[in-house]
Amino acid sequence: MADLTRRGLLAGGVVAGVAALTPAASARAGETLVPFHGPRQAGVATEPQAHAVFVAFDLRATTDRDALARMMRLLTDDARRLTQGRPALADTEPELATPAARLTVTFGFGPGLYAHADLKAPIEPLPRFSIDKLEKRWSGGDLLVQICADDPLTVSHALRMIVKDARSFATVRWTQRGFRRAAGTQPGGQTQRNVMGQLDGTANPKPGTPDFDLAVWRPDGSTRLVVRRIRAELETWDAADVVAKEFTIGRRLSTGAPLTGTKEQDAPDFAAKGAHGFPVISEYAHIRRAHVGDPRLRILRRPYNYDEDVTAQGHADSGLIFASYQADVERQFVPIQRQLAEADLLNEWITPIGSAVFVIPPGCDETGWIGREVLS
Amino acid sequence: MSSRLVSSLLALATAATVVSCGSAETPTAAAPATTAPAAAPATAPAAATPAAPALSITDPWVKTAKEGMTAAFGTLVNNSAADVTVVSGASPLSPMIELHEVVDKDGKMVMQPKQGGFVVPAGGSHELAPGGDHIMIMDAKEPVEPGAEVPFTLTLADGGTFAFTAIGKDFAGAKEDYQPGSHNG
Repeated sequence: MADLTRRGLLAGGVVAGVAALTPAASARAGETLVPFHGPRQAGVATEPQAHAVFVAFDLRATTDRDALARMMRLLTDDARRLTQGRPALADTEPELATPAARLTVTFGFGPGLYAHADLKAPIEPLPRFSIDKLEKRWSGGDLLVQICADDPLTVSHALRMIVKDARSFATVRWTQRGFRRAAGTQPGGQTQRNVMGQLDGTANPKPGTPDFDLAVWRPDGSTRLVVRRIRAELETWDAADVVAKEFTIGRRLSTGAPLTGTKEQDAPDFAAKGAHGFPVISEYAHIRRAHVGDPRLRILRRPYNYDEDVTAQGHADSGLIFASYQADVERQFVPIQRQLAEADLLNEWITPIGSAVFVIPPGCDETGWIGREVLS
Repeated sequence: MSSRLVSSLLALATAATVVSCGSAETPTAAAPATTAPAAAPATAPAAATPAAPALSITDPWVKTAKEGMTAAFGTLVNNSAADVTVVSGASPLSPMIELHEVVDKDGKMVMQPKQGGFVVPAGGSHELAPGGDHIMIMDAKEPVEPGAEVPFTLTLADGGTFAFTAIGKDFAGAKEDYQPGSHNG
């Protein structure tokens, strides 16, 4: 029976493969694959997919370096197959391996993982910021797996497979599911909006540029990930009028243009003064507080929205899974977050409730596995 | 994927890009929009002895177990023009390894040693999967950990041997087969 099912699936794949070769056949979005192998892990510079789940694990006490190596070989194998539209080894639902829908599976190592491997951690938890109201259920973790795809069922299947292979070694600490605009609903590369209506990610470094590489990647192909769960206080945000909201951000809500410009990509003029001599973009506006002049000190934001159950009173539980990638957390992320924590007007309407940091190790080739240079 | 399917794939599409998917598994979706990744060989390191260069195995794995009974799976592939028959198996895991099949006996699925062993047809394949033919480890002396690399050696009808390494994998199914007494070997 299993044999027949599998053959049926593979036969279907053969037909799809042949069809894709004919020039007339346009590739369906779902069939697009993101390469898994390479010196850097996918899922960082990758154009953000529509759906994501971030799952963090606590390693079991018995998970030592040898066990970590076994675990990462298994998880890498799952990732290299599933991202290429092939069932995982011993996959109980091989039918769900397609469409891969640009699936990426990205692994991160938290400070605790290094302790389990008897190694000095190259990363430490973030300092505490005055605005933080962190909850343990959204914070920390020894191992992170970031799973992104343009199809939510593809994400579910990859998560299920990864968790099944990880749970002998670790328990799940937290799971955060997020979304952006559905694939195909807006042109690629366009900035997405968050649940507060703001365009989010305008000043990001652009993949493929030297500035991006300097800001995001370390020479060994690794990077560092900060995951923050930021609750949006939508009930009070609703009470603010558009002028107040735009003053808070420093941008127009409609176009995302800075208050000193007309288009989203116009550079903000932080020196510009209004009729009464006050800065057009407030000293405490979000974009001024978050602004970084030196391209090497910028961070890559790759956030996802979350929108959980509405309360009985009709209040939203929504916000942002803020995910940023940078070569050096201390040098790049922490100064920006300090600036924001000190005096960002937006703090009135957002509350960080989760925080975690991870090393994103380099990628691997066909015979390697993620984390080999650390664990073997 | 069986070699037959690989053959039919090649017959269907003469484009060279498909030939690059010459590993045992083929991506089910071509990716014209991306730089085509080289199809990663899904075949685990398999050291064939000179006596049996024809046989290979795709995706070998063994169900994890604390001790006692477990089973190994994968797809045996015969690259030669003659049938290959596997008559027995061995592993450091246990002195008792058997080649089993699962059959319907009066409406009940039971497993039993497969008479004549596994015949891998010329140019074809033979799948070992939960609920079907499998390599039965009767009395594992040590745990099979997830991610462990467990060596196996198969003996062929012509006296040759074929060695491969299976990966320990947590798997919920394939356990009704292992109830003591349920096999009439």
